[in-house]
Amino acid sequence: MIKAILIFNNHGKPRLSKFYEHYSEDTEQQIIRETFHLVSKRDENVCNFLEGGMLIGGSDNKLIYRHYATLYFVFCVDSSESELGILDLIQVFVETLDKCFENVCELDLIFHVDKAGIAGAPARAVSAVKNMNLPEMPRNINIGDISIKVPNLPSFK
Amino acid sequence: MALKIVKGSIDRMFDKNLQDLVRGIRNHKEDEAKYISTCIDEIKQELKQDNIAVKANAVCKLTYLQMLGYDVSWAAFNIVEVMSSSKFTYKRIGYLAASQCFHESTDVIMLTTNQIRKDLSSPNQYDTGVALTGLSCFVTPDLARDLANDIMTLMSHTKPYIRKKAVLIMYKVFLKYPESLRPAFPRLKEKLEDPDPGVQSAAVNVICELARRNPKNYLSLAPLFFKLMTSSTNNWVLIKIIKLFGALTPLEPRLGKKLIEPLTNLIHSTSAMSLLYECVNTVIAVLISLSSGMPNHSASIQLCVQKLRILIEDSDQNLKYLGLLAMSKILKTHPKSVQSHKDLILQCLDDKDESIRLRALDLLYGMVSKKNLMEIVKKLMLHVDKAEGTTYRDELLTKIIDICSQSNYQYITNFEWYISILVELTRLEGTRHGHLIASQMLDVAIRVKAIRAFAVAQMATLLDNAHLLTGNTQRNGICEVLYAAAWICGEFSEHLENPMQTLEAMLRPKVATLPGHIQAVYVQNAAKLFATVLRSQEGNTEGTAAQETSQLMIDRLPLFVQSANLEVQERASCILQLVKYIQKLQQKDVEVAEEVNALFAGELNPVAPKAQKKVPVPEGLDLDAWINEPPSESESEDEKPKAIFAKEEPKHSRPRHTEVDEKELARRREARKQEQANNPFYIKASPSSQKVYQDAPGVEHIPVVQIDLSVPLKVPGLPMSDQYVKLEEERRQKERAEKKKKEKKKRKEKRSGRGKKHDSGPESEEDITPAHMVDIVTEEMPENALPSDDDDKDPNDPHKALDIDLDKPLADSEKLPVRSHRPTEAPKSPAEDGDTESAAPQEPKKKSSKEKKEKKKDKEKDRKKSKEEKKKKKHKHEEGEDLLGGQPDEPAVQSEETNEVAAPPTSTSVSDLDFWLSNAPVPSNSQEAATVAAAAAPVPQEASGTAPDSEPDEPKDTETEETKSSKHKKKKQKKEKEEKEKKKKKKHHHHHHHSDGGGDESVQNGTVEEEEEPLPPMSNYCLLAENSYIKMVCDIQGNLQDGSQVVVSVIFENKCDSFLKSMEFNVLDSLNSKLQRPEGAGPHDGLTVPFQLPPGVSNEARFVFTVQSIVMPQKLKGTLTFIVKNEDSSTHEKLDFKLHFTCTSYLITTPCYSDAFAKLLESGDLKCSSVRLEGVNMPFHHLLARICFHHHFSVVERIDSCASMYSRSIQGHHVCLLVKTADQTVSIDAKCDEPSLLGNVLDEIKQTFSQC
Repeated sequence: MIKAILIFNNHGKPRLSKFYEHYSEDTEQQIIRETFHLVSKRDENVCNFLEGGMLIGGSDNKLIYRHYATLYFVFCVDSSESELGILDLIQVFVETLDKCFENVCELDLIFHVDKAGIAGAPARAVSAVKNMNLPEMPRNINIGDISIKVPNLPSFK
Repeated sequence: MALKIVKGSIDRMFDKNLQDLVRGIRNHKEDEAKYISTCIDEIKQELKQDNIAVKANAVCKLTYLQMLGYDVSWAAFNIVEVMSSSKFTYKRIGYLAASQCFHESTDVIMLTTNQIRKDLSSPNQYDTGVALTGLSCFVTPDLARDLANDIMTLMSHTKPYIRKKAVLIMYKVFLKYPESLRPAFPRLKEKLEDPDPGVQSAAVNVICELARRNPKNYLSLAPLFFKLMTSSTNNWVLIKIIKLFGALTPLEPRLGKKLIEPLTNLIHSTSAMSLLYECVNTVIAVLISLSSGMPNHSASIQLCVQKLRILIEDSDQNLKYLGLLAMSKILKTHPKSVQSHKDLILQCLDDKDESIRLRALDLLYGMVSKKNLMEIVKKLMLHVDKAEGTTYRDELLTKIIDICSQSNYQYITNFEWYISILVELTRLEGTRHGHLIASQMLDVAIRVKAIRAFAVAQMATLLDNAHLLTGNTQRNGICEVLYAAAWICGEFSEHLENPMQTLEAMLRPKVATLPGHIQAVYVQNAAKLFATVLRSQEGNTEGTAAQETSQLMIDRLPLFVQSANLEVQERASCILQLVKYIQKLQQKDVEVAEEVNALFAGELNPVAPKAQKKVPVPEGLDLDAWINEPPSESESEDEKPKAIFAKEEPKHSRPRHTEVDEKELARRREARKQEQANNPFYIKASPSSQKVYQDAPGVEHIPVVQIDLSVPLKVPGLPMSDQYVKLEEERRQKERAEKKKKEKKKRKEKRSGRGKKHDSGPESEEDITPAHMVDIVTEEMPENALPSDDDDKDPNDPHKALDIDLDKPLADSEKLPVRSHRPTEAPKSPAEDGDTESAAPQEPKKKSSKEKKEKKKDKEKDRKKSKEEKKKKKHKHEEGEDLLGGQPDEPAVQSEETNEVAAPPTSTSVSDLDFWLSNAPVPSNSQEAATVAAAAAPVPQEASGTAPDSEPDEPKDTETEETKSSKHKKKKQKKEKEEKEKKKKKKHHHHHHHSDGGGDESVQNGTVEEEEEPLPPMSNYCLLAENSYIKMVCDIQGNLQDGSQVVVSVIFENKCDSFLKSMEFNVLDSLNSKLQRPEGAGPHDGLTVPFQLPPGVSNEARFVFTVQSIVMPQKLKGTLTFIVKNEDSSTHEKLDFKLHFTCTSYLITTPCYSDAFAKLLESGDLKCSSVRLEGVNMPFHHLLARICFHHHFSVVERIDSCASMYSRSIQGHHVCLLVKTADQTVSIDAKCDEPSLLGNVLDEIKQTFSQC
């Protein structure tokens, strides 16, 4: 299961965050900060997994992240998720944002956080339990624009 | 001023939207907090306005602020307001905000229940969707209970978009409201075969997530998942299923055997790395679960290891990481196969990526052997020196200790080397693992007797150099090792070269800066050392030396008496008094050494950490019972406890004086032993005391201590463990040379003799002898310790509540709470009943049908069982009979029966699985068997369908065997059994229909349950043909999976006293309908019935027909030929029959949501037709039940004496009915997109009612 999705920039500023368990606002910010510290220390060409899962619940958890330009996309998941699958999920998520905003950049997320949030919301709700049917998912993202469709898992490795 | 007012109103007119807020925050980088607080004030103003658009905008901004870490819970009520807006764009904002900041303790959630329910049932699918999405984030136990039924209804929504979400959210509902799991589970299971892949994968997800926590409850789903695994092409679904199997295999090793084949195939065929990786993972899990390595499993391991090596060698760091991760799983069971890749893993230790290095470290743990331990640890020590970050260094440190200490120091051949490693590790600055090193030191020193002398010497050096370790005390965890050092030096002081010097070191003023618990140990052990020193000095007959020592103690101890730490203080003052007393005696020239030593005498063995827990409760001990009668009078209260404590008092007395008699001493020793039994490291100081005092106190500490021939010089502050590696190398070389000389050297007792020796090449494990004969003392356990496998499950785990047996049939009480529509309405409006009942009570029916199937499987399995096992089985049958005993052959009431049928639930479900698993191919004759298994797998699950094709041939053969063998048995027994079987069968076929019906026909059942009048028994089996030998009854069902197939279930009953065999079923095909025959069979060949019938027995076979057009009913002529076998003769007989395919039999009970039903009717595509039935004299619900039962309809909605019903043909035609009744007249208006089908169905309905 996905425990949390965090998106923050190179300076640790949260751009979009969703926790699937309840934490107080302070704890949430704390988690984001710590995650940022863990993630930002890492080089570009190291693996995308971190076993710093103590941040949110049990030791079972893993942080899986990707770094795109100025943004970090971090998923906190437990052991029932396929690591590579989540990496692809992040990829698809970013591509979806890209479709929504046409060449998504950090500013899009900043200024259209509601849209991004809503775009993400169904995706995340599905992934709250776990999202696997990716080819299906993005179609639901933006209700106003049902034509959005993500090509079939380009980087499915 | 005026300008300001104008400006303010304009501001309000152009309220900030979210973009403005964001822009504002970015423009106020310096005083962000201040800016936001003004914004929040504005938002508060906006929320006070009545305009919903303004409110929504405000809530939208709040959502953003919440993400930035501002508490917005004060606006919860406004969020609810926005949620309840009728406009979707606002509603969406409301739900988004709610999903971000609502949680279980948000009290306004209570207010949302009805709003959410309204949204859930909204005709707009997006309203429903957004409600489901939001709900998934903030569902509470109350919401879950109230809405469970609504969500469950949505699981059958016509839109896959909604179905998918509903299925997913059920998981959250289960977590919050575990009671809903059992009622909802059948439908969830149904969704595994949903036509929409999204819904299907959602269901797979939910079940996987559930099963991961409580796998044993989901074992019975294994066949279904197996089928999905072999048929699905969706990698995401496959990954999930494969992961799930990984969790299931440990519970059922046979499952593993079955899995290996398809998984290996997948590994070979897939190009998706993620899938490959998960397959490898599950194969590993399977291999772990199979205890014995079968020959061809080693191939699978090799395959896995090979694939993983490819991953590890990949340039992609992610793959490398995962490869190592999976490798470590193999390591646990098959270390050999991983060890060959040691080079690769050591290479990964140098990787720049910390995650990868850590994984490689994990692997090393399992790869060490006696041979390479030193080498590996040496390499790790190098890394320790290089490591810059403390986290990684600490990790290295723990790993080194783990590696060395694993399985009771199995791989350590030279403990002196290990001690030096530990000592070297103490040089790490700022590590937090000081206590770990300390406990290792203690453990080794206590349990390895041979090493004590060396350990004590090393510890003495450590104590001497304590100032090096405690340089900066604050952040230093390493000073913990001093705790161990002091204790070891004190406890084993007889091994000390220079106890006086160590005593000095322990009493240095600097010690007072150490943490309290360490000081306490220092003080206590100084006393022990003092005893040792006294003994040696008195032996030397120099009274003055001994007195000087006492003086030293008396001088130094007051420092500790002043300690703020209570324990240090207590011990110090105790010992100080003792020493003073000793000094007094010394001045009188009394020899005290013996008596002082006696204080610390006594053997203490290491006690296992869990020993205390494992002491079995003695028989007859009841801790809850009163030992004495509860005190009734106050006088007895005082007396008794006093007596108890008086006895124990001596235990608490402290040795303050030395005039002790033998008895007293013994008792104290006892007390001390008990006191220290809690300390697992306490061990008896051996009474050997041949210590010779050499140096006077004050002499410079000598850095070089001579100990043993094989021990090198050691200079404190310099690493020395390396020398051991060299030494060890030499030693081994020497040994090898010696061995070569004496080919037949005796094996030492400890080494298990493994036949051959390698002269050349690397020495094998067994050839390495330890440097010393080491006796590792095992930790003590109490006698009769119970074997413990305590699962320390987290009591707070929400999944614990979901540990629910899902195979048990549903009890009547287990229904989801059903909403009462509107309080103003009559409490039991029938419409509501019809609607809501469709959800809950349908389950028992389905369960029972499943049970039925299982029973059948059970029987099949029975037949397969060999003679020996039969007796056991009989017992089972008897159980079954008991159940049936109370019941007439033709059960009168259905609902009642549902419960009874399902009675022995778990056993049957398990044996169902057994059956499936017993089909598992023997791994050696792989491919063929696998396909058979794959084909057979669907059988237990699919209601109808492939039965005849996939019915394996074995049952037939084994059955003959069985009947033969039973013939040999006593006749009486045989008869009994047959009777039982017959009864069972009757019951079985009578109800078989339900199993095929599936769907919602239970609606009718639900109606029955709630009204008083019971339904008359019904059966869809109609007589096909009959003669004096055999009777055939049949039931015809459409096949859900295939739109052109119809399944005919025929029950053959042997009516004569002879044996019926070689039955052949043949039908004259028409243009429209054809019997499906096995490949290669001619169009006129008959099908062999896959069983034989002993006298009085009946059995069921299924035949699949292909039909082209389903709009017309039709009849097919057929013949059954069979051989009647008596004891002396056998005759060939035949029986003709006519199969009647009614249009009804093409219909399949399909549940329908009332919204969808309404839309269907509105669409205008349907043709209308109607029929009137006169003189129908039965209650309305009976009428509905009959239509449901005989014609495969389901009730969509029922209002008073009017009901809408729905069914679907196997080719997808919708059939809708509106049934009304008044004064014995029933009118049925029907709509269908195929008029002739409709006409025929109506005719058939009419006929049904004309018959009764």
